Amino acid sequence: MSTPAEEVVAIGEATLKDRILNRLTRLLQDQWKLLVLGIPYAWLLLFFLAPFFFVLKISLAETTIASPPYTPLVEWVDEGIMHVRVVIDNYAYLWEDDLYVNTYLNSLVISVTSTILCLLLGYPIAYAIVRSSHTVKHILLLLIILPFWTSFLLRVYAWMGLLADQGTINDLLIALGIIDEPIRMLYTTFAVYVGIVYTYVPFMILPLYANMEKLDWELLEAAADLGAKPMTTFFTITLPATSPGILAGSLLVFIPATGEYVIPDLLGGGNVLMIGRVLYNEFNANIDWPVASAVAIALLLLLVLPMMLYQHIQAKETENP
Amino acid sequence: MNQKRSIFLLSTLAFGIAFLYIPMVLLIFYSFNKSKIVPIWGGFSTKWYVELFKSPEVWDALTLSLKIATVNACFATILGTLAGLALVRFGRFRGRTLFSGMISAPLVMPEVITGLSLLLLFIWLQSAIGWPSERGFSTITIAHITFSMAYVAVIIQSRLAGMAQDLEEAAQDLGAKPLRVLTDITLPLLAPGMLAGWLLSFTLSLDDLIIASFVTGPGATTLPILIYSRIRLGLRPDINALATIIILVVAIGVLVAGYIMLRQQKQRALDMQMTAEETP
Repeated sequence: MSTPAEEVVAIGEATLKDRILNRLTRLLQDQWKLLVLGIPYAWLLLFFLAPFFFVLKISLAETTIASPPYTPLVEWVDEGIMHVRVVIDNYAYLWEDDLYVNTYLNSLVISVTSTILCLLLGYPIAYAIVRSSHTVKHILLLLIILPFWTSFLLRVYAWMGLLADQGTINDLLIALGIIDEPIRMLYTTFAVYVGIVYTYVPFMILPLYANMEKLDWELLEAAADLGAKPMTTFFTITLPATSPGILAGSLLVFIPATGEYVIPDLLGGGNVLMIGRVLYNEFNANIDWPVASAVAIALLLLLVLPMMLYQHIQAKETENP
Repeated sequence: MNQKRSIFLLSTLAFGIAFLYIPMVLLIFYSFNKSKIVPIWGGFSTKWYVELFKSPEVWDALTLSLKIATVNACFATILGTLAGLALVRFGRFRGRTLFSGMISAPLVMPEVITGLSLLLLFIWLQSAIGWPSERGFSTITIAHITFSMAYVAVIIQSRLAGMAQDLEEAAQDLGAKPLRVLTDITLPLLAPGMLAGWLLSFTLSLDDLIIASFVTGPGATTLPILIYSRIRLGLRPDINALATIIILVVAIGVLVAGYIMLRQQKQRALDMQMTAEETP
């Protein structure tokens, strides 16, 4: 048997042990949170954010015949004397050369037009899906999502076969006697529009669908009951209520379409100028890293506002779904 | 509903579905064409499939792409799940805005920019610390993880936001530590989302052409890089055969996965209903 004094000591030890144990588990819990956050954070800082500084740095350098083919920004001239060379010639070059300015504007025209086309096609489709019965809805959604999972490259390739001079569409039109000579479609701006709308229309349909699902359909019926014409109901109720979906879908089409490379390259050939293709060629064919980097920064400046807007919507969406 | 309007809606829907699927159907159709010129029908043949599998280049590229896709999917699922958890369950923390920005930016960042910037980083790292000594498998995998984890994080975020916290709160009330709640309650509930993220990462990686062609080195040719180098010069019947195989494998995979998930959902709904009925 232990004496009362020993018992007190034992209790004291127990509480001390508990306290240390508590402190340790709390520390572990804090550490655990730090680990959950820290690992993906560090990864993104290193492999997503840091690379942009290299693009910025090289866009301010000069091209030389060396490996790597650009001049260093910071040179140590003498002991401890740092010499910083910043060259903005690459940006001046982009600005003065009509080719780049035209490419820039042309990319914008193509991506804005494609976004509008996607909206015109995607809106009624999303609407039709929302209004269909439960089972049909699921099948239709699966049909819209399925192309996402198959190769984008091969889907663009499929259009080469459809649009070629001796392709399916021309053959069909000639066989039907509608035209005598094949219409040139492949390697034109038209083909690029078809490719972009084809690739990106699911990105328009899905956010619109998600938005329309939450719509108060009784409100629409009430408007109709009170005698509003379908057009009036559409423009005063449906359209404003679905504007978040329209915005999200439009950004999801506009941003990647502006920097698109594969579609203008395969379907537009050399005839359609787009900024993503110019960047790729400057880097891989002309081996002009500083100009390619400057093009990348220019493209990024064009897209930074739409991207921030998208991020804002995205954050709001996850906070109050 | 107005009849004129429903006709308009249905015809747009039919046009949209046809627009999405006719190109793929034709691609499959012409893969069985005997003629070397793709759109001119010369009779049924499976010779392009035989030719395709005789090519060692195709096998090498397929093996490399599958390896990258598998490693990428595993890492991206882990990193993306951690990121999604942090964003939804950690409330406000320092650097949150930057973090959520870095998570959603890769989803919309033009691939030419991501590819160029990562290549420049790899080149600098090589001169600074000697790693990566050569570009190929490792650099492509790292690049793919970086954008795939963003997709996984978005999936996990939406699952977590839509998930009732009852079970987690109950476990906490019964004295479970937060870490225990995470491993015993939250993660099992998130498993379907993680599976969806894994599959999406896998296909995103198999599909990527631009980023891979920037960060790859000599000797490492992925399947999209091989396909692209062949179709740049025009239509090729062997590529139609390859496309047919890829489309069919993916379609079957997605349908099976969708079916399993639907059944699980129904089972869970049934379980919930039964529990609710038994509880007085």
